[in-house]
Amino acid sequence: MSTPDPVKSQNTPKAAKEAAPRPEKAGPGERQNHRKAAKQFLDSPEHAASHDTRVWAMRQRRDATMETIEEWEELRDLASQIKTHALTHLDEYLEQFADNAAANGVHVHWAGDAADHNRIVHEIFKDHGVKKVIKSKSMLMEECGFRHYMEGVGINIVETDLGERIQQLDAEDPSHVVVPSVHKMRSDVAKVFSETIGSDPDNDDAYYLTEQQRQHTRPLILDADAGMTGANFAVAETGGFVVCTNEGNADLSANVPNLHVASIGIEKIVPKLSDMGVFIRLLSRSALGSPITQYTSHFRAPKEGGEMHIVLVDNGRSKRLGEDKFWSSLKCIRCGACMNTCPVFRRSGGLSYGATYTGPLGLILDPSIDAYRYSNLPFASTLNGSCTNVCPVKINIHEQIFEWRRVLAEDDQIPWTKRKSLAAAGEVLANPKAYRTAVKSAHSALKYLPDWTIYNKLNAWGQVRDFPDVPAEGTFHDWYRKHRLNNSDTAGEA
Amino acid sequence: MRGRNEILADIRRNKPAFAAAAPTVPAYDEAYPSDTNGLIARFVEVLEKMGGTWAEPKADETLAATMRRVLAERLPDNAIIASTVPEIAGNRRVRRDDDPHTLHDVDAAVLRARFGIAETGSVCFTERELIVNAIGYLAQHLVVLLDPGQIITNMHRAYARDDYKNAAYTVFHTGPSATADIEGVLVRGAQGARSLTVIPAVFPRAR
Repeated sequence: MSTPDPVKSQNTPKAAKEAAPRPEKAGPGERQNHRKAAKQFLDSPEHAASHDTRVWAMRQRRDATMETIEEWEELRDLASQIKTHALTHLDEYLEQFADNAAANGVHVHWAGDAADHNRIVHEIFKDHGVKKVIKSKSMLMEECGFRHYMEGVGINIVETDLGERIQQLDAEDPSHVVVPSVHKMRSDVAKVFSETIGSDPDNDDAYYLTEQQRQHTRPLILDADAGMTGANFAVAETGGFVVCTNEGNADLSANVPNLHVASIGIEKIVPKLSDMGVFIRLLSRSALGSPITQYTSHFRAPKEGGEMHIVLVDNGRSKRLGEDKFWSSLKCIRCGACMNTCPVFRRSGGLSYGATYTGPLGLILDPSIDAYRYSNLPFASTLNGSCTNVCPVKINIHEQIFEWRRVLAEDDQIPWTKRKSLAAAGEVLANPKAYRTAVKSAHSALKYLPDWTIYNKLNAWGQVRDFPDVPAEGTFHDWYRKHRLNNSDTAGEA
Repeated sequence: MRGRNEILADIRRNKPAFAAAAPTVPAYDEAYPSDTNGLIARFVEVLEKMGGTWAEPKADETLAATMRRVLAERLPDNAIIASTVPEIAGNRRVRRDDDPHTLHDVDAAVLRARFGIAETGSVCFTERELIVNAIGYLAQHLVVLLDPGQIITNMHRAYARDDYKNAAYTVFHTGPSATADIEGVLVRGAQGARSLTVIPAVFPRAR
């Protein structure tokens, strides 16, 4: 799903000259250094400012549309309840879905992990002599490293979503679940397209560049041997699945080639078609503030003379279902609202996470994929709870982020620098007297306290934040003593 | 390699120990207008916000003339028009067994919507209306006939219908194809139709 976004303002020519930031991604077996990668992103201030503005604009549009719907909070409750119901009956609904899909003439496959998924799809392609594939955006296929695998076996994959295609042509990961190239400026896209699809390097007009991609991709769509899509929802009752896009690229991928393969995470199940009303009303509004995506497509059976395959992928989901504190993260519908509202994501950009899932949802999904590699990520949060407040399926994201810190600490997965600074902060925060002394001696609570806790030098995304001035009345404690406290009964004060 | 049985067994073993009931979902459409004109107004407002066009036939204008008027701004007189509706004749036939690739050069497709949704300005098609699914995406422009009496209130009502439950393919189109993947600039006509125009036209059998 990529995005209609009413912001039409273009950036200044000066902004357009800044080189695109390239935050470092951890190598195989390494730990992602979010702090360092965030700093690398922030070293390109025009890009960082543009990213912040655009991502926050999505949040604001989400708020504006939400306010027009009286039952918004009820819809969030319903969505959460439907997902809880579905996940607590997942075995039954998954079987129902698979059996109904098979009865509809669809070939259903089961993949235990990413490697199974890639091998199964490869087998299907081998059976049909497929060499050229068009596909729409799928976070699951990103998770499986699918495109990389296919390159290795000589099958050519063409992304059809504009943002995803930009990222593919630039050999860079998507940075956002909904808008994969949101960290790029139009000058970056002009450079990528001029080097790969032969557009005019001096023309960075968004209309021109979008048209260039359309013209370049259409022949590839007509030439493809197979089409692939993901799925936003899988409906047990009908055996069909639902795909939401704004470009119509999933419908081209599924309807032009004879062969359609869809990769679906097992957690995407909803029980009934009537449940879709709740989710479709929430999805695009939460993502972009539009009432619905331009295309909401329901695939139930192969087209006339065509062939359809579904690959149901577990890849750690059944295991997470058993994790008391984390199973509800399986409710996620990948709208990206938590990312758009997160101050850390807005400042550090998606690439700094070095992971398939970025922003708050990444903090709670990535460590379950690889605890060591992503052990820094749960610290890329202020725990302000805004992610939880905007989540359309009411996942307690910030609490799970906190819980991950605990789990990683117990597993000894936290880096030394983080342990040290947190231990120091913990000692002071646990001792009221030491705390007050520290705050007073520093003369400024706002300058001092964050240095120890959240915005320390180890968190690059905090370094460029502007703190408000310290109030004239001093610390909150001073104010409280003066205005609210009638006696001198103040814990920890000598 | 874990297959169906192993995955289902893992789910049974791991799923939360409680079983939550499914909630009842209300229709949430008490506040919608109850008359057709009110629903049309709501539908048109959202359709236009989503980049679509509403084209009311002028007095004594045939539907074909309305279509030509709409397309005149966008296409030359010799454009290839594929019609799947009996009311308007195109110059390219579409048959169920056509290879989708043969439709690559279609300039405009004329389609009949099954119904419309006021909440989102969407129109619904299944393979019955599209004849060949790909026509809805390979055509450069779409012209859609919608019976104003078939505009329903909201998404809950759309998903409560059972007339398309057994369709192989059902799609809600809301305006034309769009993207804002380059610096948030909204561009209509990303990969699918560059424009979508809805012409109000009652179902022939209902006349």
